Amino acid sequence: MSSPSTATQTPPVSPAEPLLRVRGLAKHFPVRAGFRSSGAVRAVDGLDFDVRPGETLGLVGESGCGKTTTGRMLVRLLQPTAGTIEFAGRDITHARRGALRPLRQDLQIIFQDPYASLNPRHTVGRIVAMPLQVNGITPPGGVKKRVQELLELVGLNPEHYNRYPHEFSGGQRQRIGIARALALRPKLIVADEPVSALDVSIQAQVINLLRDLQRDLDLAFVFIAHDLAVVRHFCHRVAVMYLGKIVEIGDRDDIYQRPQHPYTRALLSAIPDVTTLGPAGRIRLTGDVPTPLNPPSGCRFRTRCWKAQDRCATEEPALTNRDGGRQLTACHYPEQGPVGAGPEPGPDAPATSGTVEVSQ
Amino acid sequence: MTRFLVRRLLSAVLTLFAVSVLSFLMFFGLPKDPVSGMCPKNCNAERLERVREELGLRDPLPEQYANYMKGIVTGRDLGSSQGGRCDAPCLGYSYVNSEAVTDTLARVLPVTLSIVIPAAVLWLVLGVGLGIISALRRGTALDRLAIGFSLAGASLQLYFVGAVLLLIFTYNLRITPVPSYTSIFDNPLKWASGLVLAWVALAFLFSAIYARLSRAQMLETLSEDFVRTARAKGLAKPAVYGRHALRAAITPVVTIAGLDVGSALGGTVITETTFGIQGLGRTAVDAVKAGDLPTIMATVLISAVFIVVANIVVDLLYAAIDPRVRLR
Amino acid sequence: MSLSPVEGAARAEIEPAADPVTPEEKSIVGRSPGQLAWARLRRDRTATVSGVVLVIVIVLALAAPLVSKLYGVGPDEQFSDRLDGNGMPLGYVGGITGDHWFGLEPRLGRDIFIRMIYGMRTSLFIAFAAALVTTAIGVVAGILAGFLGGIVDTVISWITDVALALPFLIFALAVVPTASLRFYGPREEVPPAFQVAVLIVIFAVFGWTSTARLVRGQVISLREREFVEAARASGAGLGHMLFRQLLPNLWAPILVAFSLAVPQYITGEAALSFLGIGILEPTADFGRMIFQSIPYLQTDPAYVFFPGVTIFILVLAFNLLGDALRDALDPKSSR
Repeated sequence: MSSPSTATQTPPVSPAEPLLRVRGLAKHFPVRAGFRSSGAVRAVDGLDFDVRPGETLGLVGESGCGKTTTGRMLVRLLQPTAGTIEFAGRDITHARRGALRPLRQDLQIIFQDPYASLNPRHTVGRIVAMPLQVNGITPPGGVKKRVQELLELVGLNPEHYNRYPHEFSGGQRQRIGIARALALRPKLIVADEPVSALDVSIQAQVINLLRDLQRDLDLAFVFIAHDLAVVRHFCHRVAVMYLGKIVEIGDRDDIYQRPQHPYTRALLSAIPDVTTLGPAGRIRLTGDVPTPLNPPSGCRFRTRCWKAQDRCATEEPALTNRDGGRQLTACHYPEQGPVGAGPEPGPDAPATSGTVEVSQ
Repeated sequence: MTRFLVRRLLSAVLTLFAVSVLSFLMFFGLPKDPVSGMCPKNCNAERLERVREELGLRDPLPEQYANYMKGIVTGRDLGSSQGGRCDAPCLGYSYVNSEAVTDTLARVLPVTLSIVIPAAVLWLVLGVGLGIISALRRGTALDRLAIGFSLAGASLQLYFVGAVLLLIFTYNLRITPVPSYTSIFDNPLKWASGLVLAWVALAFLFSAIYARLSRAQMLETLSEDFVRTARAKGLAKPAVYGRHALRAAITPVVTIAGLDVGSALGGTVITETTFGIQGLGRTAVDAVKAGDLPTIMATVLISAVFIVVANIVVDLLYAAIDPRVRLR
Repeated sequence: MSLSPVEGAARAEIEPAADPVTPEEKSIVGRSPGQLAWARLRRDRTATVSGVVLVIVIVLALAAPLVSKLYGVGPDEQFSDRLDGNGMPLGYVGGITGDHWFGLEPRLGRDIFIRMIYGMRTSLFIAFAAALVTTAIGVVAGILAGFLGGIVDTVISWITDVALALPFLIFALAVVPTASLRFYGPREEVPPAFQVAVLIVIFAVFGWTSTARLVRGQVISLREREFVEAARASGAGLGHMLFRQLLPNLWAPILVAFSLAVPQYITGEAALSFLGIGILEPTADFGRMIFQSIPYLQTDPAYVFFPGVTIFILVLAFNLLGDALRDALDPKSSR
């Protein structure tokens, strides 16, 4: 990938132009057994996706599929093993801290755990002001005024400036974390499971806050979650991950209404939603997620897939348009039709399909 | 596990090497003239010169160090005034004691071992036992008594306790003889009675520390989920406390105990001084005061060896008690 | 925005209810964790008593010249006329009188009370200075080892191992006279300030390891916390993460380590005096006083009693305060 070397060559970012462009992103954690390294955990193994300005991309998958690792690489908390991350037309994959600094302001992260992500010894004011202080920015009107604006923006009492995190509830703490992420007026926020540590009732409030902020401030989001219901509520586009790879990516309605990948179908069927509690019921995946230390050959989902064929073991399915679907799917035998029809054991499915159990 | 052990041993050797270099620099490199203190007062210039020559103090420091280390590994020839040939673990010759340093060590090491080992057994049993009992009987009079005991012990000094013990038991009540060392193989009774005050003094102070530590550990462990689970699933109290809680509570105690015993074996300086028993610690002090370089080096090295070995033993014990460690 | 009707309804119901806001809107200024710990400490009776004892001792020691003036006896004054032919103090219980509250030293006939006040000043100064230096070194080494990990951690941990393997007393015994000889001739008088400095340096060289280990462990558990990552994601440098983010969270263990280190150095100094090194006469020193008194255990118990009890109370108070501090700073621990 030839990255533009000078600013003059960089076209101005138009709405059509992606804000974030990820190609072939991978992260392998070496596993050491003794002095020689004995392989690597391939936590993330070649991701391609774009995020346009003001767009929200949901990244969903089971725990351990590499979502969080991806999020951390995007904000450069982790160094990618391979691939490129382009932000606003600039390659930031290996940018140093100094060069990264102006970009930090445009690229922020919200963490999962509202208890661990706030320094217990700092006041709320200091926590929210931290990004300003670190980057040596004095906003017009002073730091305190800006912090109070931010607190108000996320629905907190600006007078609580001098309080400490332990005096707040989980939802309020997450709001503080959001205010901190907003301090530098970013263009893109990576939200790493921002609500999964919260009570269900509080989840909705925080999600609504994020949605309002996204609309009002024209923010782009990479929203990482394992909860498909939350993603559906919030995201324009959705990418489904399995074992370090994207298996399906597309607009929300395509993914939720006409999913093509069997894994997406299985995930969707797990949403406890009265509307889908039809006769089709729920697809139960059996077996465990294979170890990313030694992922299956070919299609990574084949060991748990009820449609798996010989071809799935030898040939890795590409992430492309399949059979008229508008989304991209990495499956040799994509499902057809709307969700709710349940898995149809096709005529060519192996008779001894013990990998799926359909509960009626 | 073997790899863990190998790595541990390598780092131990490296540590000992650093200790030997550091002490060599300290004792041979720092003083203006190392010999001046080594030779008794009636020394004339000629004899002083000869001592310098024989000890090789004229050579550059690295060479002196190399010779010294060579002596430990292969033995070396010393001058005739130093007893000639000095065999494999050669630690040099002491003019002050007029004997090879290894002979001095062979004489004083059993003394220190005789003080430390029984005392350590005593303080571990007493301290850990007291700590655990008071944790299980939390809030009772017994617990409060144990806390008081451990606080008092932790705030007292050995020379003070030792002096008081001597005054009461030896001088006033005349129950115990004046502390002295007799080999256990010659006369076990005399061995014990001569050292009993030292054991009691050491055990009192150390068991206080261990009681405090193991009580805190035990309380913390008892409040943990897995202990509650074990109780909830119907295991009897002794089984829970014995098999589950005790094992978890004792792990940190093992670390501290290993280090304490290790450094105590390297010389219980204060104890030996208080009771006037000539062990490794007292020998080291005398050597320092007399400027007896070979003896100082030897005592420093041997106490470092004790500490390093104790560290390794602790790590192995740890692995035995806590299976998680083995995964490293 | 197309919501599934059920979701929408559920959310709509929840929407209006804001997060429950903590009551007491009036007290806008929050109580920091430090303030909370302070409040807990003040409620702890043992801690209060030990604290008061320590403050009295420290104030007396600091104001030693003033105390001497009020008391009417100087630290070096000798009252030989109040000793008998053997140099033992006349009168009962070591010569306690209205003028000499704790009696007189045998042989030299100096006033024990005022010697103790002055001696305490020396000992406390050494102990506090040594604790300060060792804590500073230990904190820096521990933070660096814990946060940077890798080779830095290996090297620092190894240095810690070496320092632990060196026999402290033997080294101290060897260093003190040698150092004095290096800077002053065998017949020159070594100024007290130099003796004090040598002791502090020795304690510093050997004492920093435990704090370093403690801090290292704490940093390792804090390092992965997300608030540190948040700072990194905002572009914070190493200095900011170490000293702005981590350090405020380390005050609790550091404070406890410090409060437990001070009594260690008080007794350590006394132990060194016991072996014949340390602060020399005529400078008043608490540790040496104790060591000098022990031979008189049988003949003049009062001489042993006052310094002995004082050091016991002093160390006990420090230990109790350290424990209380630990409880107050970490209410979870069940000591």
